[in-house]
Amino acid sequence: MHAGGNAMKKWMGPLVVLVVVVLIWEVLHDIVGSTSLGSPAATVAQLWQMLGTVDFWVNVAETGRALGYALVLSVVGGIALGVALGVNRMAGTVAEPILVNLYSLPKVTLYPLVLLVFGLGLSAKVAFGVMHGLIPILVFTMNAIRQMKPVYLRTAHAMRMPLRQVIVRIVLPAIFPEIVAGMRLGFSLTMLGVLIGEMFASQKGLGYMLTNAMNLGDIGTIMSVALFLTLFALLCNGLLLAADKRLQHR
Amino acid sequence: MVKKETGWRAGVVIGFVLLIEGLCRSGVIPVAVMIAPSAMFLHGVELLREGRYLHDIATSFANIVAASVVAVVLGFLLGLTIHALPSVRRSLEPLLASYYAVPTFVFYPVFIVVFGVGALPIIAIAVMLAIVTMITATLTGLDRIPRSLSKTARVMRLTVWQSALRVKLPAALPYLFSGVKLSVAYAFIGVIASEFILSGSGIGYAIGYAYNNFQNDDMYALMLMVLIAVTLINVVLNRIDARFQARRQR
Repeated sequence: MHAGGNAMKKWMGPLVVLVVVVLIWEVLHDIVGSTSLGSPAATVAQLWQMLGTVDFWVNVAETGRALGYALVLSVVGGIALGVALGVNRMAGTVAEPILVNLYSLPKVTLYPLVLLVFGLGLSAKVAFGVMHGLIPILVFTMNAIRQMKPVYLRTAHAMRMPLRQVIVRIVLPAIFPEIVAGMRLGFSLTMLGVLIGEMFASQKGLGYMLTNAMNLGDIGTIMSVALFLTLFALLCNGLLLAADKRLQHR
Repeated sequence: MVKKETGWRAGVVIGFVLLIEGLCRSGVIPVAVMIAPSAMFLHGVELLREGRYLHDIATSFANIVAASVVAVVLGFLLGLTIHALPSVRRSLEPLLASYYAVPTFVFYPVFIVVFGVGALPIIAIAVMLAIVTMITATLTGLDRIPRSLSKTARVMRLTVWQSALRVKLPAALPYLFSGVKLSVAYAFIGVIASEFILSGSGIGYAIGYAYNNFQNDDMYALMLMVLIAVTLINVVLNRIDARFQARRQR
């Protein structure tokens, strides 16, 4: 009984927030009218109907493919570079302000450059996703290594472990929770990058659907795609957050 | 010690710029893709002297300042309110943790409809992007006020206002400033990115316009200006931040 009460308390808060968000949405809709902002019910209905069409899933698959490639590159590249800069203290101190600066740069402005280098299509989308997602994962990994207990590395040194073994056996397991936390931020930014990429440089994908609907003034489609993306992002974020919490408690 | 790192950092940046300069001059990077950094800089100086984009620069700058101020003040006040109401805070916690996972920019078209065209939707989007980090920073700052300080204030029989202004605010200030720093960065990204996507003025728009009209020299000169502006803002904010952090550790 007690456990049930606890679970209810745990779900109560988010539920209240959800209800409030839907209410605000409904009120806004009533103020500006359905030509400007679809009602929650209408949006859900349209999304449900959209989920039944082949065309929508073709676009989802296209975005998913670009997101998959971009995520793999961001995570692998971010961890590899993060380890390299974290192990070498001097290199890390030199690089950090440069990285933070790049992170706070509005990367949309670099979009023309990416297009000119990669051309239209998949590679430009992936590159744009990686541009957004790589740096946060890199910085999290690097800082995790710098804050690692020095005794780990000293032990490894005493055991005369070769560098590759130190990284695989000691460094990576020790910083795993921080890597997951970095991935949570990196995931949403990579997705953002891929979507923005599709908005400008693609004839397929959810980002293209959005631009197309924007040009047609089709607010219903915009809202449905936005709802789909929001739910997907929240789901993935929730899973990573749960993994993050479990690892922190270890 | 610090001098050495700064030297290395300057070396890395200068080396990178020289490398690109060399690649551009030798034709490895064609002129159609990217113009040489020196050419970008000279063209940028020329543009500033002609005053062709001064209006766009002023517009963007005003929007960024407005969005930063609104996000910081409102975020701080909301943070104070949420901190005072623990039950509200518990329900909002999941929302705050997953806020940045939602690709906010998919709601741009909705914002145009609600706020009309002009500066207002752009400032609104930038505030939306920047405010949550300020709320989180305020909550962290208030959480980290040492209990001994609050107790001392009570022992000295300070009034509520005196203890808030003389004790709590200074104690939370380093955390608050980290929030300010991030808020300004996000406001910058929000303003430039939405100008790029949906506006008719501002630096973001000017870059998009130059790109569409194949004016590579204008485009790269403006990009370089954005890069320099971000770097300068970061350097100043980091200076102030470092001073606050040093005070915290004392």
